[in-house]
Amino acid sequence: MTGAASLVPVDTLRLENGLFVVLSEDHTVPVVAVNLWYHVGSANERPGRTGFAHLFEHMLFQGSAHVGANEHFELVQRAGGTLNGSTWLDRTNYYETLPASQLALGLWLEADRMGALLPAMTQQKLDTQRDVVKNERRWTVDNQPYGTWWEKLPALCFPEEHPFHHSLIGSMEDLSAASLEDVTEFFRTYYTPDNAVLTIAGDFDRQEAERLVRAYFGPIARGGGRPALGAMDLPPRFGGWRRELVPDDVAVPRVFLAFRSPVFGSDAYYTASLCAAILGTGRGSRLHRTLVRDRQLASVATAFTFDLAKGTDLLVIDATARPGVTAEALEEGIVSLVDTLSTAGVSDEERARVTALEEMSFISGLQSAGERADRLSRFATYLGEPRLVNEHLPRLRRVTTKDITAFAREQLGPDNRAALAYVPRESSANGSPPAASTP
Amino acid sequence: MTDVARSTASASEVTGRPAPGPPRPYRFPVFTRARLANGLEVIVAPVPRLPLITIRLVIDAGASIEDRAQAGLAHLTALALAEGTLRAGGAQLAEEFEQLGGSLSTSASWDGVHLITSVLSTRFEAALSLLAEVTRTPSFPAREVDRLRDERLAELLELRAEPRGLADERFASILYDQRSRYALPEGGTEDTVGSLTREHCLGFHDRQIRPRATSVVIVGDVEIERAVAAAERTFGDWSGVPQQVGRTMAGPARIGRTLHLIARPGAPQSELRVGHIGIPRVHPDYFSVVVMNAILGGVFSSRINLNLRERNAFTYGASSGFDWRRDAGPFVVSTAVATGVTAAAVREILSEIDGIRAAPPGVDELSLATSYLDGVFPIRFETTEAIASALSSLQIFGLPDDYYDTYRDNVRNVATDDVQRVALAHLAPDRVQIVAVGDPEEAGRQLESLALGPVLYWTPEGVLTRESA
Repeated sequence: MTGAASLVPVDTLRLENGLFVVLSEDHTVPVVAVNLWYHVGSANERPGRTGFAHLFEHMLFQGSAHVGANEHFELVQRAGGTLNGSTWLDRTNYYETLPASQLALGLWLEADRMGALLPAMTQQKLDTQRDVVKNERRWTVDNQPYGTWWEKLPALCFPEEHPFHHSLIGSMEDLSAASLEDVTEFFRTYYTPDNAVLTIAGDFDRQEAERLVRAYFGPIARGGGRPALGAMDLPPRFGGWRRELVPDDVAVPRVFLAFRSPVFGSDAYYTASLCAAILGTGRGSRLHRTLVRDRQLASVATAFTFDLAKGTDLLVIDATARPGVTAEALEEGIVSLVDTLSTAGVSDEERARVTALEEMSFISGLQSAGERADRLSRFATYLGEPRLVNEHLPRLRRVTTKDITAFAREQLGPDNRAALAYVPRESSANGSPPAASTP
Repeated sequence: MTDVARSTASASEVTGRPAPGPPRPYRFPVFTRARLANGLEVIVAPVPRLPLITIRLVIDAGASIEDRAQAGLAHLTALALAEGTLRAGGAQLAEEFEQLGGSLSTSASWDGVHLITSVLSTRFEAALSLLAEVTRTPSFPAREVDRLRDERLAELLELRAEPRGLADERFASILYDQRSRYALPEGGTEDTVGSLTREHCLGFHDRQIRPRATSVVIVGDVEIERAVAAAERTFGDWSGVPQQVGRTMAGPARIGRTLHLIARPGAPQSELRVGHIGIPRVHPDYFSVVVMNAILGGVFSSRINLNLRERNAFTYGASSGFDWRRDAGPFVVSTAVATGVTAAAVREILSEIDGIRAAPPGVDELSLATSYLDGVFPIRFETTEAIASALSSLQIFGLPDDYYDTYRDNVRNVATDDVQRVALAHLAPDRVQIVAVGDPEEAGRQLESLALGPVLYWTPEGVLTRESA
């Protein structure tokens, strides 16, 4: 395919208060997306306040100086828009997709809560959202089989003092401890224009959008600078095996096998993501072919990268055992497959398969204004350059079969593995940790 | 305070809420139909925004037409289509699809078998040929069919430990008469799936997966002539007539309001389902019911979500919905609440159902729902996949070709009185079934304390263990 480099038009401007603005026009559908990334996530939480970045995200939907409680949702929905927000280890995003005629509303709402959130904050709203988030924790973690993997895997893979080590959703105790003072401090420290990227994508007029952005966001004061995170750098490999066995209320075992992997945006990241796809994307992947189809050790087996942009990323294999298959047998199956990949490398056909899948998935994702905006915000936040979105496919296509083979040899060997295994509670009493004898 | 100062500085610009600009026109993509001599329908919607094409086959062979004793056969057959043809094995087919960049998805819903793939437009003909091959000449290798059957059995085993899926499955089983196909999940149960073999798949394919039951929906960067010619080339010489099947789908298992506790000892939450059998998709009240449901529990700013989440903080989220099928699918309110507030949450859900029946909504509340459904319409159809899905719904439900062109007017025409009228007609608080997957001690005691009706205690497998007075 040609012409991919210009798939997404990109224009940028920076306001005097530091807000970085990305504009991407597309007039094919009368829809516009507003997407804000704040460069703050659970990594920025202080000890004793796990889960606070996410609880804070909930508070941003509780009104601001000129918007009532729950009115944010109501105004966007009345305008015919969709909206949400999400919190990740090192960023928090807020987004609306609106009919093109409603761009001003989306920008105004985001500016009001960036500029004047605190006048609307009350103890009652905090208490309500604290309970909502505790129920979110129960629903997604405590009352879900394997639900704790989201906190156990980072805890296993990052050292205790590392900003990515602790739970993103947070502990019940820490959620209980969060106060209005914490809200004030977190807002003043992190929710500032110079710590944010604002992307507008879709059907809008360039001059009018810039006028609105300057009018709404221009008067907001710059922040005092974002405090540095704790030390992020880590050795590129674990330096051996790590493992944890979790007896849980689950019907069948499930095994995660993680590898340290190069950070999002690096050349080596593109190699890693193709390697992960060879392992675990699609029914033509090695994991599916070997563990699901041929050996029937697993009912599902996939692989993916976390896409972390700081410290190290993680490449993760995730496989659920067929009934009757032990965690040991499943792990043995995964390890033998990874050993083969690591020692014998990959083929040109495999590289062609995953390049085609990634190409299609990337282009397909560009259809939605919200998805385009989110990708632009990601590149702008992590790498300071939204135009890198148009380098994504060329960089994937430049990865050679040899690159992937070399990556597998360096990163997937026995000196870089962390295994997290869930087993049904009853059977764990007399069982031993999976493959405990593996060096 | 710094932040007050911040807002004051910007007050002149920010306080005034912006009015919308002039609305920009939107039209659902224009599409064309062609019918091949063998009865197969081709629907083409040229959408040349990006160089990609979605192909979606929809075959009138969903789970609702299968024999109840073989529940899960349509699902198993749909999955097995991609696992081998007269020419190639399953691994090779997966490889060939994925070399085109298109992963093939096959599934069965209540009212159709669906095969979906998206590829770059240069690869359209190759992808359509492969789709035709798996649709027309599957070989159903015994080893792969047995594996897929065993994977379904594994899924059912896992479901017993997963409260959300378990609540959905138990709710359907409790709602519908056991003779109804709707009482069992689309994918079937241990009893019905366990004995299925490749012969069953071959038989189902031979009887049901036929050209006259099939529509090929093609959306994206393609001209009509190219799409129809490719369909003619790949499907034109396919033959056979599908068997007509009678259905007996809807019928309640119980007349009166009953409460049900599915045991999950020690669960920190109760996963709740409250509802009853609803109405079929094609119904004169459809648009009024959609708007009524949006007000009741269909959007974030709905009564049920604002009550249970934002007012009472019982839950992370609560919603209501009608499951639209050819016959009457469930109406259900779904949420998960902390165990200690199980009874209080049920009471609030029932009071909201009573409330929307008791009086028409305010004009503002109505306009929130209608302007949302009206305004969000173009956002729903940004992708070729979403457009193809919408076009396949026309086929499944026999909706008119101007359905999407008139949709927004139909939504805007719903009045406050219509909302109350359809709430009275189609919500029935006296025959709701209340299902909680939760702690049998604490959540069970709470359900009994409601004094709304008998409480039945079940195991996750569906064995009745106890009944309160």
